[in-house]
Amino acid sequence: MTLLGLFNKRASGSVARERLQLILAHERSETGQPDLVITLREEILAVIAKHVSVERDKVKITLERGEGVSTLGLDIELPLIASKTRTEAKPEKAALEKAAPEKRKQAA
Amino acid sequence: MAKVLVVTSGKGGVGKTTTTAALGAAIAQGGQSVCVVDFDVGLRNLDLVMGAERRVVYDLINVVNGDAKLNQAVIRDKRLETLHLLPASQTRDKDALTDEGVARVMEELREKFDWVICDSPAGIERGAQLAMRHADVAVVVTNPEVSSVRDSDRIIGLLDSKTIKAERGENMDKHLILTRYDPARADRGDMLKVEDVLEILSIPLLAIIPESQEVLRASNVGCPVTLNNPHCAPARAYSDAVRRLKGEELPMTMPTDRKSFLDKLFLRRAA
Repeated sequence: MTLLGLFNKRASGSVARERLQLILAHERSETGQPDLVITLREEILAVIAKHVSVERDKVKITLERGEGVSTLGLDIELPLIASKTRTEAKPEKAALEKAAPEKRKQAA
Repeated sequence: MAKVLVVTSGKGGVGKTTTTAALGAAIAQGGQSVCVVDFDVGLRNLDLVMGAERRVVYDLINVVNGDAKLNQAVIRDKRLETLHLLPASQTRDKDALTDEGVARVMEELREKFDWVICDSPAGIERGAQLAMRHADVAVVVTNPEVSSVRDSDRIIGLLDSKTIKAERGENMDKHLILTRYDPARADRGDMLKVEDVLEILSIPLLAIIPESQEVLRASNVGCPVTLNNPHCAPARAYSDAVRRLKGEELPMTMPTDRKSFLDKLFLRRAA
């Protein structure tokens, strides 16, 4: 074994200890609520569904277990057509565009 | 067409999870997409060996139950974008895995990836049988030790009777990976020799993985050995195994870690 190898070996053992301490602390605290993420997801989506319609396949949830805390990430795609004012505005815009060429013809 | 490979052994602690991670990473390094699937419900460890334990949100049972879509549950490796993990559930009962549910998930995995590698739980019960059920190829992991060889023989029997391939009357493609092999001890006659194990189990040899500190080092840091140190002896043996799985014919060698000049100097001084 090289000198470098000696250092690496010691390092990997302490990395193992730290990784285990972190994940076990999380697992011990998570056992009480095994479906916490699913419960949170459902309730958050219910709130969002009051305002916009969300496609369930377009919801990405990430979790990063860190030192003493977990970070929950929600990546939700909000579709453009979900807004009411937009959907109403669209036909009007289309009508204007249709009208425009006629006007031009008249001018010619 | 995707290939489904099961890594199984009967006996626990022989290196199934290490082998699953090492083969998965070696295939992914070649550019093909891989998903490694942990079937060890209640005792998941593939996430830890892959270094993804902090990022697990959903698991195989969530997908089987419809609580999450497959693409939401699969975790992409941070180092290799072609490598993916589907973790096992840590808290639920293994009875939650239904035959139909697993069949559906396996079908979807086949559509999405080039390779699906199922890490079997130890034993010969339901969990182990579900892990092997949909396999096209089986890798039997064995230590050169009497109880491991005997358990592998039992597992080979199950592979030939309890899999879909076997039930259709097709031949299950089986390969042996001999792990923790110490050529010096085998030469002294203190360990079962490769030929002994092959003669007893009579399935083709895919690789000999030498006993190496690199395997423990890789699991300590949560990185498949083929990724953590691609040039070490066990990593080279696993990479050769992958080439053989893809159909290449390679001479079987006993990979060893060459002693560097510094090592020799160090040893000579110490002596």
